[in-house]
Amino acid sequence: MAVLKIHDLGKAFREYDMEWQRMLSWFGARQKPANEAWVLRHVSFQLFAGECVGIVGQNGAGKSTLLKLVTGTLRPSEGSVRASGRIAAILELGMGFNPDLTGRDNARYTAGLMGLSPQQIDSIMPAVEEFAEIGEYFDQPLRTYSSGMQMRVAFSVVTAIRPEILIIDEALSVGDAYFAHKSMARIRKFREQGTTLLFVSHDPGAIQSLCDRAILLERGRLLMDGTPNAVMDYYNALIAEKENASVEVRQLESGMAQTISGTREAVVESIGLFNGAGEPVEFVNVGERVELRVSARARGDIPRLVFGYMIKDRLGQPVFGTNTHHTRQALEQLKDGQTIEFRVSFPMNLGPGSYSVSTALCSTDTHLIDNYEWRDLALLFTVANQDRDFFIGTAWVPPLIEIRRGQ
Amino acid sequence: MKLMLLAIWQYRHFILTSIRNDLRTRFARSRLGAIWMILQPLAQGAIYALVLARVLGSKLPGTTNRYAYVIYLLAGLAAWSLFAEVITRCLTIFVDNASLLKKMMFPRICLPLIVSGSCLLNNLFLLLATIGIFIVIGNEPGWMWLWLPVLIGITLVFALALGLILGVLNVFVRDVAQVMNVVMQLWFWLTPIVYVVNILPGTFATVLRLNPMYAITSSYQQVLLWGNPPHVKSLSVIFLASVVMLGLAMGLFRRASPDMVDVL
Repeated sequence: MAVLKIHDLGKAFREYDMEWQRMLSWFGARQKPANEAWVLRHVSFQLFAGECVGIVGQNGAGKSTLLKLVTGTLRPSEGSVRASGRIAAILELGMGFNPDLTGRDNARYTAGLMGLSPQQIDSIMPAVEEFAEIGEYFDQPLRTYSSGMQMRVAFSVVTAIRPEILIIDEALSVGDAYFAHKSMARIRKFREQGTTLLFVSHDPGAIQSLCDRAILLERGRLLMDGTPNAVMDYYNALIAEKENASVEVRQLESGMAQTISGTREAVVESIGLFNGAGEPVEFVNVGERVELRVSARARGDIPRLVFGYMIKDRLGQPVFGTNTHHTRQALEQLKDGQTIEFRVSFPMNLGPGSYSVSTALCSTDTHLIDNYEWRDLALLFTVANQDRDFFIGTAWVPPLIEIRRGQ
Repeated sequence: MKLMLLAIWQYRHFILTSIRNDLRTRFARSRLGAIWMILQPLAQGAIYALVLARVLGSKLPGTTNRYAYVIYLLAGLAAWSLFAEVITRCLTIFVDNASLLKKMMFPRICLPLIVSGSCLLNNLFLLLATIGIFIVIGNEPGWMWLWLPVLIGITLVFALALGLILGVLNVFVRDVAQVMNVVMQLWFWLTPIVYVVNILPGTFATVLRLNPMYAITSSYQQVLLWGNPPHVKSLSVIFLASVVMLGLAMGLFRRASPDMVDVL
């Protein structure tokens, strides 16, 4: 069941030569604005109960505007937002806190703003105080707080009662690691209980580990709506492709979307994973020694070439990655048509699961400068635990456990 | 309309808490705290009484009470201060709460209600202080004082209607607040609060009667000083006009609110 329906949503900020023209427009008189900036247009999607959707996009893509429209603080210029159930939103810091009131009074005030009754407020206050964990500061005026402490109070109040829809705008990046973990745990718990989550983050890790779906906005348009992996790969390619290059998304046999981007002045022609006997493998035992072989070709004269690769886990989070810039093996002065083979040998010290390899060909240590080719999901392989004692996690860190029993 | 009343009812506690917070934060960092609520209006009344009654030596025509002028003045000030406070706070109500309006979703109608409540409370303290002075100088309370709640109500509705219209306009054209600062000063002197209308030339006095605040302040003065009933007829006209104006203000507010957060 869709708990949030967004249909052809658009938001325009209009400027008029004279403000009375705007005032006339309220009463139905058609006025031509001097300037009309559409920060969001033709955006449609649905959120289903219990789903978690991340919104990604560059600055000015319209992410915050979208969240404000969903929350209701901004009104749409066209289209509609229909939500069922209580919406709680954390939009930026502050939430209209009053610096002269104590944390407790501000918390009560915010709870009141959310429409809670005094009885409800009384009943949630102990939990709010406990969750915020700011000790005696809770009864001190807010002006003595750090921004992290304000964040703690804000988050604790807004999430004191489980909402049907929770909207978070980058808020979790503020504050200390401990509280970030704690709030993430609460959000995960809400999700299990059926809360729908919509959040904006610049942290691909948060999107990939938390979300079932991601939505990419670019200049106010919905560019992509898909799995977090595919969307993050595309987004990653997009930020590298400011000029003269293309982004291509291919559907792999497995149904996954592969993103390839770059100027294609150098391309990967083949890639494979080989075991100690030199045979190509798809399944690898934990700890087995393997070799990643990548052959590339220059399609033009290239002054400097750096090869990089990254192993990502099932969720698309990087597990390990490096490049030949960091290993001081960058190649200079390549001729058009020249081929290069890279052989990367390493022990597969990864936990069981499926992994992917992304490759990059560029001129420096970052693909944001000269990106010749960036290829996500260039290779897929599976690690299986065939002969080790049972363990979990994405890393293989062989332990030696020593036990000393007392009397 | 029904939805709005429902929202107000649902948010009634929030409105009350906000009014209380309003009072508390105003005195939060002063040592004397809540005592200022009484001290401030007392001091204001005392200054006017001292400067104007003694120094100017003003005496009202047709009364032998040597404190008549002080009572006249304080009565007019009680009306004016409510009017002026509601207007000035409504003027910047949306601009001042910009960050709240942008970040939280709540019934917008709460804001003018909070301002009204907080201004009423302030006015109540001023009235208490005024009555205190009256008792000290020997102006016994009369039955006519029972008109006060009605007068306060009419003043509030009038000020709220005007203030809301100006407050909405001020979001889009910030000059409104600047202009109103000047207008309010002028308006104060165009209302017979400090002076008596009789001292003006005839034509001027006729023009003055078009000023709704004239009817309101003089009603206060009639009730508090002379013990007469107020000008019921002109007050009814003002009240009806204010109610219509308040309806217009709400309409304007409703039409303007989609645009409001955009420009805040």
